[in-house]
Amino acid sequence: MSTRLKSGGRLIDRSAPLDFTFNGKRLRGCAGDTLASALLANDQMLLGRSFKYHRPRGLVASGAEEPNALVNLGQGARLEPNQRTTTTELFDGLEARSQNHWPSLDFDVGVVNNYAARLLPGGFYYKTFIHPRAAWKHFFEPIIRHSAGLGSAPKDRDADRYEQAYAFCDLLIVGGGVAGLQAALVAGRAGARVWLVEQTAHWGGRAPVDGDVVGGMPAADWVEAAVLELSAMDNVTLRLRCMAAGSYDHGYVLLDEKLADHTPGDGRPRHRLWRMRVGKILAATGAIERPLSFAGNDIPGVMLAGAVRDYAVNWAVSPGDRTVVVTNNDDAYRTAIVLKEAGLEVAAVIDARNIANGPLPERARALGIRVETGRAIARVKGGKRVEAVEICQQAGEGAASTTLSCDAVAMSGGWSPVVHLWSHCGGKLIWDESEAMFRPDATRPPLHADGTAMVLCAGAANGALRQAVADADAQVKIALQALGFEAESEEVPAHDVADESALEPVWIMPQGAGIALRSKMWLDFQNDVKVSDVQLAAREGYESVEHTKRYTTLGMATDQGKLSNINGLAVLADSLNAQIPQVGTTTFRPPYTPVPLGALAGEARGEIFQPLRKTPMHDWHQQNGAYFEPVGHWRRPYCFQRPGETPEQAVHREVKNTREALGLLDASTLGKIIVKGPDAGRFLDMLYTGVMSTLPIGKCRYGLMCNEQGFLSDDGVVARIDADTWLCHTTSGGADRIHAWMEDWLQCEWWDWQVFTANVTEQYAQVAVVGPNARKLLESLGGMDVSKEALPFMHWADGTLGGFACRVYRISFSGELSYEIAVPASQGAAFWALLHKAGAAFGAMPYGTEALHVMRAEKGFIMIGDETDGTIIPQDLGLDWAISKKKPDYLGKRGQERSFLANPDRWKLVGFETLDGSVIEDGAYIPEHGVNANNQRRVQGRVTSTYHSPTLGRGIAMGLLRQGPARMGEVVEFTRMDGGVTPARVVDPVFFDKDGEKQNV
Amino acid sequence: MKRYSVFAIAREALSHHQGWERAWKSPLPKASYDAVIIGAGGHGLATAYYLGKNHGIRNVAILEKGWLGGGNTGRNTTIIRSNYLQDPSAALYEKARSLYETLSQELNYNIMFSPRGLLMLAQTHHEVRGYLRTVHANNLQGVSTKWITPERVKQLVPIINIDGPRYPILGALYQARGGTARHDAVAWGYARACSDMGMDIIQQCEVTGVRSENGQVTGVETSKGYIGTKKLGIVVAGHSGQVADMAGFRLPVESMALQALVSEPIKPCMDVVVMANTVHGYMSQSDKGEMVIGGGTDGFNNYTQRGSFHHIEETLRALVETFPMISRLKMLRQWGGIVDMTGDRSPIISKTPLGNCFINCGWGTGGFKAIPGSGWAMADLMARGEPGPLAAEFDMWRFREGRFIDESVAAGVAH
Repeated sequence: MSTRLKSGGRLIDRSAPLDFTFNGKRLRGCAGDTLASALLANDQMLLGRSFKYHRPRGLVASGAEEPNALVNLGQGARLEPNQRTTTTELFDGLEARSQNHWPSLDFDVGVVNNYAARLLPGGFYYKTFIHPRAAWKHFFEPIIRHSAGLGSAPKDRDADRYEQAYAFCDLLIVGGGVAGLQAALVAGRAGARVWLVEQTAHWGGRAPVDGDVVGGMPAADWVEAAVLELSAMDNVTLRLRCMAAGSYDHGYVLLDEKLADHTPGDGRPRHRLWRMRVGKILAATGAIERPLSFAGNDIPGVMLAGAVRDYAVNWAVSPGDRTVVVTNNDDAYRTAIVLKEAGLEVAAVIDARNIANGPLPERARALGIRVETGRAIARVKGGKRVEAVEICQQAGEGAASTTLSCDAVAMSGGWSPVVHLWSHCGGKLIWDESEAMFRPDATRPPLHADGTAMVLCAGAANGALRQAVADADAQVKIALQALGFEAESEEVPAHDVADESALEPVWIMPQGAGIALRSKMWLDFQNDVKVSDVQLAAREGYESVEHTKRYTTLGMATDQGKLSNINGLAVLADSLNAQIPQVGTTTFRPPYTPVPLGALAGEARGEIFQPLRKTPMHDWHQQNGAYFEPVGHWRRPYCFQRPGETPEQAVHREVKNTREALGLLDASTLGKIIVKGPDAGRFLDMLYTGVMSTLPIGKCRYGLMCNEQGFLSDDGVVARIDADTWLCHTTSGGADRIHAWMEDWLQCEWWDWQVFTANVTEQYAQVAVVGPNARKLLESLGGMDVSKEALPFMHWADGTLGGFACRVYRISFSGELSYEIAVPASQGAAFWALLHKAGAAFGAMPYGTEALHVMRAEKGFIMIGDETDGTIIPQDLGLDWAISKKKPDYLGKRGQERSFLANPDRWKLVGFETLDGSVIEDGAYIPEHGVNANNQRRVQGRVTSTYHSPTLGRGIAMGLLRQGPARMGEVVEFTRMDGGVTPARVVDPVFFDKDGEKQNV
Repeated sequence: MKRYSVFAIAREALSHHQGWERAWKSPLPKASYDAVIIGAGGHGLATAYYLGKNHGIRNVAILEKGWLGGGNTGRNTTIIRSNYLQDPSAALYEKARSLYETLSQELNYNIMFSPRGLLMLAQTHHEVRGYLRTVHANNLQGVSTKWITPERVKQLVPIINIDGPRYPILGALYQARGGTARHDAVAWGYARACSDMGMDIIQQCEVTGVRSENGQVTGVETSKGYIGTKKLGIVVAGHSGQVADMAGFRLPVESMALQALVSEPIKPCMDVVVMANTVHGYMSQSDKGEMVIGGGTDGFNNYTQRGSFHHIEETLRALVETFPMISRLKMLRQWGGIVDMTGDRSPIISKTPLGNCFINCGWGTGGFKAIPGSGWAMADLMARGEPGPLAAEFDMWRFREGRFIDESVAAGVAH
């Protein structure tokens, strides 16, 4: 059984017990435990079920590489599926539940997949479930979907919040082991701005566990001294629980800092996402131990040798009472020695090599540990727990000579550098024959913007498995030099570790294992990919490592192949009779370990999901029944509902009132861009289809803007302010886009033109005062002369009204007598209130965007986004009058001259009146007889705006019809969703006050 | 070719699956072919398949620089839909979608087409009107879509937040027979069928030049030597501009990276595909349990098939807001694929200035869903030398005439 040892445990505080539950069972650990170590201490070896075969799964590792021991952590609004127990710090009250089983962890019906495993080899689903056709969706797929997946789907909104922060530094050092610490010391002393981040809650990495001696003292003491010195440096930032998730182009790095995972509900953000721009990254990310592939290597109790050592030394937990160590290298002997010295039984060290006589094996022998060389594990016996191992010759086919009873197996196939940050951005790897591993190829690094190396690796991550401190010292000096810092010449602390003799690559154990054994050798523990599956993929032609991965799902589990990839591609290379470096690795993709989606999204949730733009009158709208609609980031009142009114009734009332008395519209969202400078007129003549340079000061002119293709993109009224200043009104949704469009041309194409632009949309509040009583209201306020003579239609003037300094435009989007009045934004709310107060006598009511739309449609005015959709040119809309024939050029002119756009058969704007007064459906088309070559119904037009007109008491519409203006009076049919049609007569698009008498009074 | 079936699996299980044959052969190139297709992605392989199946042209080589299916076929978010607005697009994508319906049976390879239903959310009044227009258009085009209410959306997607404070859901465009398929399997299934017809799929074979005489293509230079051909099809997605350059013409195409990611797998919680264009994001749940998430393209042209962060952030903000329960799921992996974008965001299936050289490109962010239809139309074009009705509008000269097939009207950004 696994248990807590009576003494030891460098990370735990036995005086601080913590209570937690696993599958409802109350258990106890202590401060400093991970959930994994606490579970092991309570003899909880069975922790979950595998993805495909639902086989029993226990801990394999002690860190981020753990593929098996994943749990549903927490509940309700704090439920987190697939949480890795090995990286979860224990806290009081922690609740964990195991995953992927039904009805229970011990008895899982899904395990039938295991008994049928022979029918379910890698990629089996591509070969079956093909007939009958409907069965996939309705039968097979639902079964597969329910069998797959791991953790439970959360149901509630996340109770926690996340924050994001930005940072910059010269050197980001990732990994707080002795290599990272030494690098930080050198860089810190040299004066560089340094960040040192460590994903766990502790500094020091493996060296203290392995009993290394650094700088003449035990590694743990050296680590403490180093952290002390670094903490005192102002130019060094230290972060624990901070994982470098990914490196991106140009020195961009994403870091995920766990703030409150171990103190849930304490009010702090749960994670903080750091977004850094760095000079160099030094990846001192260490190495990950490789499993060995022998039959039954997935049975709970089979663990990595380094992990067994971690549990014993760090947390005083023994995975078993009697352990077999199996290895192809000297390092695993450290585990045997640690266990023996902790008073535990080591049944034997099974060493695949024929000779093992380095210092570590010799020390093990001296402790009385049985060492068997040239031997292998033929198979592990046991179901939910290791019971024994059968021993055979490594060189043979697996005939067992001995059976050793044991309850734990510690395996080591060597170590692989953690090269993720190196590889994310294109760093290349080379195959190191002596250690049988891929390590960074310093001659082919990922490049920074200046063409130098963006990432350097140090220590074990760089392949220096034993002289990590010296390597880190050398690498950081290279980085510092490139960054322009001079490192102080200090002696490198000696890093004393036992000598190790060479490992022997072992990819299958035993070497000649037959298919029956190979079908039980797990490569990917979580996804259930075995040696036989990779071999099958190779046999079937899935020869690329990417094909094999995707066909078998090797390395696609939540550990992303940290344990399985190298072993898998070695098996693949062997199957293909190729060398490992020829097969290559799959691509390393961010993140290094999974990052909560909430952390990536940050604070942008709910009301602050996106910036909310409010006009100065927004509060008034809210208090007066506004029904809002989003327009870009703005929210505009769609209508103002009175008690008991539907939105439709409100719109009807607003239109009638504006036409008959007085309406007030908050037009502040209208885009307002100042264009100023000696070349401003010339610039606007290029931007608009009409001529703006000749516009007299004091006058307004309607203008159209097109993109280079000739398609209409925005419209609005331009006012000439003074000799070199114009104010361009844009649509509400288009202001930012049009401003960017202007700057694009000014900065990229016409950079020598002397023009400045300023988007002053938010600097002004603007109110449209609309209706027969508009002038009466303004005159009642007192101030400037707004008479027909002083301020004719399409003129503007500065002045005061009711004491407010303002600019008044005589323009109309409704066909009514209309003034648009701009006041400084800070005065907007007061001015709006004054208009309502004074306007009450004249029947003033506010109206919203829908009434605005209806009234403009009654007048046949186009609306960008309704009549246009990116495929419409002004000529389609009968706007030829707004296009200058004299100008040599404007944006879009050449595009509009192309044959398809000049075709007289194009659909053109007309009005439609339904025969029965009903309203044509939004989006309806006008079909023609017959079908096209693709058997689609032919069409000849469509509706673009369709409303019930309160003014006319009937349905009106605008739309596009082939040769429309030539077909006045014709009756056409519009589609309806229910399959019927709506007949309508083609009419002039101006339905109301065709001569414009009302707006000109 | 040994047929795949549950019986075949049972039979092979007796011998521990030692008897399976190669899904596709790995031949050396012959000196010449009747047709050579550059690019063994989904579109290239489908083109070859329909050349053989529909037109009897089987002396065909498909050349692939890397490994087959390794480009965008193996990187997309596997969405299949045909609810396009413009007639030519709707015809092409619906052809593809309908071929997907029976592709597993046709190829004897389970590509896991799953018509689980697809929703495009409307979150502004403007978007509502746009999707209503699409429904009207689709009805006339023979594409089955309908408009559904927010309540129905909530029924179909219980995890969705329909009354978010910023962009409440006003309804959705629903295509019940839209869905997903297993992307790799599409390439593998076609490859197996092509190989079975005697076609040569030649991987690790980079085209380095295009040879021609008197304005007619004669062959290609490759890293495995010169290969002669009577007809050449260029079907290379992100690198179309470079190969077109070898053939001596320019394309109205820009390449940029499209970003995608998956979460860790969880038990089934969402059966339909949801796209939210106002807030920019789309999501489905794979059979494996991962939430498959897509967003937008990088804001600059490039050829690096890498993930970048900025779009991921925007996409996840949108999706966490739309599906609050995903906040505590974790991003497992992110990546990028290079998409070739045309000026109207619609593809090019076209003759080229070089005789007997044809091009299929410009699928932008929407290529996977089109694979069978694209291959069908391209094979037709290559076999007859003239486009059929499916490809007729997609020629590369439409930009010169202003004859755009602009889908941005309906699709916003994401396909």
